[in-house]
Amino acid sequence: MEFNATLIGEMIAFAILIWFCVHFIWPHITKAIEERQIKIAEGLDAAERARAELRDADNKVAAEIKQARAQATEIIDRAHQQANQIMDKARADAVVEANRQKAAAQDDIASMAQRAREELRERVGALAVQGASKIVQREIDPSAHKALLDQLAAEI
Amino acid sequence: MASEPQGGLTEYITHHLQHFKPLRMSPEGFWSVHIDSLTVSLVLGIVFCLWFWAMARKATSGVPGKGQAFVEIILEFVDGQVKDVFHGDRSFLGPLALTVFIWVFLMNAMDLLPVDLLPWITHQFGIGHFRSVPTADLNLTFAMSITVLLLVIFYSFKAKGFGGYTHELFTAPFGAHPALWIPNFLLNIVELLSKPVSLSMRLFGNMYAGELVFMLIAGLFSAGSWWLYGMGVIGYTIWGIFHILIISIQAFIFMVLTIVYISMAHDHH
Repeated sequence: MEFNATLIGEMIAFAILIWFCVHFIWPHITKAIEERQIKIAEGLDAAERARAELRDADNKVAAEIKQARAQATEIIDRAHQQANQIMDKARADAVVEANRQKAAAQDDIASMAQRAREELRERVGALAVQGASKIVQREIDPSAHKALLDQLAAEI
Repeated sequence: MASEPQGGLTEYITHHLQHFKPLRMSPEGFWSVHIDSLTVSLVLGIVFCLWFWAMARKATSGVPGKGQAFVEIILEFVDGQVKDVFHGDRSFLGPLALTVFIWVFLMNAMDLLPVDLLPWITHQFGIGHFRSVPTADLNLTFAMSITVLLLVIFYSFKAKGFGGYTHELFTAPFGAHPALWIPNFLLNIVELLSKPVSLSMRLFGNMYAGELVFMLIAGLFSAGSWWLYGMGVIGYTIWGIFHILIISIQAFIFMVLTIVYISMAHDHH
């Protein structure tokens, strides 16, 4: 064992190796590692944010579906109501129309009865005259006795 | 045994513990160098740099490939260790710890190569001595720990200021009384110097001992008996598996202590 100039040579070599590592190895690799750490952190953040956004969107969709369902129910209710109203109105109209037609028919009947009565009255007059003429066995002049016959007809 | 077919186990081991030195330059004395330690450590350092640099250059913040993920796992592990101990800007201490960890690990891992492999290869090129584990060379472990010591001193001055650190050297831990200045200072110097010694001796001791055990087991291969050869194979396997643990732990300890020492330099007493 002896110490000699190898010592100095190795010290220089060691110093050069350290210098090389300090300048050309360490900074590049640590930089890559640190950048990757940042990237991973950002990726995790983005994933977390995306998850939160998805949850928000889900909630919104659920709320909208609920609202749409409520709206549909409301519309159906209103449609039912409207249908009922229309039906009620139609029923009422029908009743009014029926009453009106009934009244008209009653009027007709009344006027026809009136006419029939008048006709009958006239016929009775004629029959009375005929009967009377048969009874009298002679011709009675209708015009001579018109006033009498009219009076008779009015009395019937 | 390829390089020295004759001679016993002792010669085999002592031969393996010789460093490869240049012949024309001064083979002994301070200005001789261990070419094997320098070469292996530099090659492994370059492997580390190119590997991590290739990954760093095309590092993407998107989905990482398997290679990038592996490098990032190592880096995150080291960064976590630094973060646990040191609360401040990690743009220097982080890469320092990473360099220490990977470089020491790679150099320790040379222990897992067959002990004769690299020496045999170099022998083909006429180089008689070659030690393939740079961390089993005190020059390398002390080079690293002294560099760490210099960084500790530098960061002590940087964190506390020249006056602050000098003041601390003389007044902590016993007190600011003038009579205590010298004891304080001596204690601080001992504390300061013990750091690189413990750091480098621990790594060196583990790797040197590991290498020695590998050589002893390898000696069984040429002991001349099939039974001992079988024992050698089993022993080499078991020690190799155990050594995977040791080289990782030693690299880890060296890194953690480096972090601890430098972060302590930032603390005020």
